[in-house]
Amino acid sequence: MVRPPAHDPRSPERRVSPALGPPHLHAAYRSTVLRAPSRPPLRIPYGPGELARLNAATLLDVRRTSAQAADLTRQHAGDPIGERIIVEGQILDGAGRPISGALVEVWQANAAGRYAHAVDQHPAPLDPNFTGAGTCITNEQGRYHFLTIKPGAYPWGNHANAWRPAHVHFSVIGNAFVERIVTQMYFPGDPLLEHDPIYNALHDERARASLIAKLDLSATVPAFALAYHFDIVVGGRAYG
Amino acid sequence: MTPSQTIGPFFGFALPWPDGELVVPAQTPGAVRLFGRVLDGKGEPVTDALVESWQCDAEGRYASGGAASWFRGFGRCPTDRDGAFAILTVKPGTIRVADFVYAPHVLLTVHARGLLKRVSTRIYFPDEPEANAGDPVLACVADGAQRATLIAAATDEGYRFDIRLQGDGETVFFDV
Repeated sequence: MVRPPAHDPRSPERRVSPALGPPHLHAAYRSTVLRAPSRPPLRIPYGPGELARLNAATLLDVRRTSAQAADLTRQHAGDPIGERIIVEGQILDGAGRPISGALVEVWQANAAGRYAHAVDQHPAPLDPNFTGAGTCITNEQGRYHFLTIKPGAYPWGNHANAWRPAHVHFSVIGNAFVERIVTQMYFPGDPLLEHDPIYNALHDERARASLIAKLDLSATVPAFALAYHFDIVVGGRAYG
Repeated sequence: MTPSQTIGPFFGFALPWPDGELVVPAQTPGAVRLFGRVLDGKGEPVTDALVESWQCDAEGRYASGGAASWFRGFGRCPTDRDGAFAILTVKPGTIRVADFVYAPHVLLTVHARGLLKRVSTRIYFPDEPEANAGDPVLACVADGAQRATLIAAATDEGYRFDIRLQGDGETVFFDV
């Protein structure tokens, strides 16, 4: 599989975003306490070039989607309540090359901060016109594009008066096993970010900043919807 | 790289697929069940995890190496109230890449609330002692008890592989 060279003048800093991921144990996020492995993950001592060869030889195609799945505002009879937004960006491998044919799945709360999930007991209204789940396959340039509703903040039980900042959950599967990430996209200027133990499990400031979407006026549709740009880089140590 | 964040407790209306557990079509000759439970540091079931698998076909082929188009090789199953998951698959073949030979194995990932990033492990098979003895990755796990966490158990219902995230019998996880 040959990938085109990297070129994305809009967000070069995304490609150098740090590899500083979260630790497994971050006690301020209580659910990690009994679930974080106690040993660090074992690093397989691959020989020179072995991992790259292995990745290239062990590709699968897990693409699947349904028509209209990238427009979360058109999944029911009426218009959902809330601020319509475009969320778009590029999926890149660790060398900065776009990954075409990647499966991007998103899920989120509605504008009132309520998920269409039985476990969510937040007494905010469900929206009969909004489920909050979408899928998209990246194009030849590795780009994805969703039309959705800006999610609301919501309370959770982690500690007294805990609130999650507004976020969209992302799941990305590329072509190789290492090209797999589950993460969350946040919005610029959200005052809840500094209080959120999940976001702040990232100890590196640049790592945290890389999860905040950028308002992109050039992708905004005038008189219709603001656009937020969010690139995702996957691939782990396979790209050195 | 973009940093991970937890999958959280609310993915259930979005990520599970109706046929997610079918790594191969249901009527595939030689199809076998691969199942187990995900347990936390107190041995309690993790009831809100998403387990994903990645493997070659019975001849060691991936999509990139000539596997049939019906062979997805990827499985996805949410855990239930007992922390249990199951996929239907075929036992993978030996994998040969350049001069390297790897014993038959399935790559397994767990996502869950409380996991800020995925954990990743490898399922090896109890009926492959020779191949396992020559596998370069299993050879990295010096401790015998830890290595044993990577070998599935053969049962009448298929291969069983439990995942202990923390504590006694903690599964060996790999950096990927």
